[in-house]
Amino acid sequence: MSAGANLVSFVTIGVLVGCGVTLLLERSLSRILLGVVLIGNGVNLLIVFGGRSGEAPVVGISDEAAMSDALPQAMVLTAIVITFGLTAFLLAISYRSWYLNGDDEVPDDLEDQEIVRRAARREVSATDLATEPAADDPEQIDAPAPPRGEGRE
Amino acid sequence: MSTLVPLPVVLPLVGAALTLLLGGRPQAQRAVSVGCLSASLVVATVLLVQAYRQGPLVAQIGGWPAPVGIVLVADQLAALMLVVSSAVILCVLLYSIGQGQAETGESTPVAIFHPTYLVLTAGVCNAFLAGDLFNLFVGFEMLLAASFVLITLNGTRLRIRTGSTYVMVNILASMIFLISVGLVYAATGTLNLAQLAARLDALPDGVRLSLQLILLVAFGIKAAVFPLSAWLPDSYPTAPAPVTAVFAGLLTKVGVYAIIRTQTLLFPGQQADELLLVAAGLTMLVGILGAVAQSDIKRLLSFTLVSHIGYMIFGVGLSTAAGLVGAIFYVVHHITIQTTLFLIAGLVEQRTGSTDLRRLGGLARMAPMVGVLFFVSAMNLAGIPPFSGFLGKLGLLRAGVAVGGPLPWTLVAVGTATSLLTLYVASRVWNIAFWRSPCESRPSTPPLPALMVGATVALVVVGVGLTVVAGPLFEYTGQAATDLIERTPYVRAVLPGGAS
Repeated sequence: MSAGANLVSFVTIGVLVGCGVTLLLERSLSRILLGVVLIGNGVNLLIVFGGRSGEAPVVGISDEAAMSDALPQAMVLTAIVITFGLTAFLLAISYRSWYLNGDDEVPDDLEDQEIVRRAARREVSATDLATEPAADDPEQIDAPAPPRGEGRE
Repeated sequence: MSTLVPLPVVLPLVGAALTLLLGGRPQAQRAVSVGCLSASLVVATVLLVQAYRQGPLVAQIGGWPAPVGIVLVADQLAALMLVVSSAVILCVLLYSIGQGQAETGESTPVAIFHPTYLVLTAGVCNAFLAGDLFNLFVGFEMLLAASFVLITLNGTRLRIRTGSTYVMVNILASMIFLISVGLVYAATGTLNLAQLAARLDALPDGVRLSLQLILLVAFGIKAAVFPLSAWLPDSYPTAPAPVTAVFAGLLTKVGVYAIIRTQTLLFPGQQADELLLVAAGLTMLVGILGAVAQSDIKRLLSFTLVSHIGYMIFGVGLSTAAGLVGAIFYVVHHITIQTTLFLIAGLVEQRTGSTDLRRLGGLARMAPMVGVLFFVSAMNLAGIPPFSGFLGKLGLLRAGVAVGGPLPWTLVAVGTATSLLTLYVASRVWNIAFWRSPCESRPSTPPLPALMVGATVALVVVGVGLTVVAGPLFEYTGQAATDLIERTPYVRAVLPGGAS
């Protein structure tokens, strides 16, 4: 019988989650994916160690007082299935991103970048005045908005 | 009666399976989806009436009694959320069917949309009904997995870019939630909410506070509370209009619901109140200032969504009955109105091909119906009397004044300022998109499908109707809030033999 939760197990959890967080901070989706997998495993270990350790929780095989807690094990099974599904979806997304863009980097928000740029140039948006028709709007002529909407690859 | 409780989860799941089988037959798919969601709206209404008359309804899944088995609990708060979300989900489904007909199979792959949408519904309902922390987690995961598919629908470049942010942030939030589930179980040996209510009180203060804060972070990300809100305005606007609408209306509110539930039932002390109040104030201000800077209607609406989450957190942070009443009323109001506004943005997009304020103009003449709908909803959001937005904000501000003290008074001031700034943002959209003279002559677009407009009108009517039923609704939320604060009705319904 294992001794249940001990220092080694918690260090393992810490290392798994720590490495996972480091990978999450990367820009590339495939590294982020690995980070998610590591964190998921760390958290699953944490849940397992949350219950009492002991013998197999089957009535008739082991003594009731010495049984391990079956509930965290059931929860971990559910959590593993969920993490598995999410990992598969993330893989699909990063493949799709690579297929469309040639890389799987997560870029910044386009509109945020534009607003930062406008703020740096201290521009006042002409739309805010709302007096002139849109056809005379200098923003319409100078800086046509990037095509929004979808399906324009 | 308690046999009805699982139906809001089961019906959409069965519907999802059926629509998946009927993948090649759009007509049958639509019929099944509409049928399932209408049925679950009826069930939710029955549950609401029953919960009001008899107190919380409890279903023991698999026949195992409460602390051992999984329980689904429909108390007044859960039943109210079920009714509102079922109504909103049904309207958005009709809207998307209308839009699908207009596009004639051009962009939305209907075969995926209907099953995923129904799974999302099941997840939302499961989260509302969950009687234990792990089932709440499962509900969240169901709705998240479905929302991942919906937000990256078609897998276009833009949606993959924004979708990956959304997916990452939400997976991280789920991991934090899972950590808190593991820690709560390790500390108390149970996950049943009613039993936790008793056992958490026995824990040392520090342990209880840290569990509370981890849960708050997890739910705060999902509810988009500042500073955990930056992901939302980035990811919502690119999805198809009905998807954005239902996300905006429901997903963040599921987070708010989870915060209300855990703060009242599990952590009734007032340790986190100041934190909640500060976060609420910052959410309101930062959100609405973000909205002021936007030039795209959908992004602008996403920022107002974040901003108004602050009002609900404000109500929770006051931790008085009046504050909770205001918060619950505001959740109901905001689910309806924010969904409506996104649907209207979808109508604008359908009519003009854009929601960019720099390209819009003259909509009031071009589409007067859309103009009227937008005007009514925007005024409702900003809180102009006699709309429900005004009543909700008034209730919250009065609750804040009743508590008194520097922080609540600051929040009252911030809430008023946010309301005025929302009015500014709304009138800015109105002036630019609807009122100014139109841009260059556009090719005449086909008229909007009747079903899209009809579904939007229905939601606007519901939003205005909240004013008409405000009296009974406040009475109902009052009773719900009293029960939440007392905690005994919930605990006694789940564990008739007493908690231990």
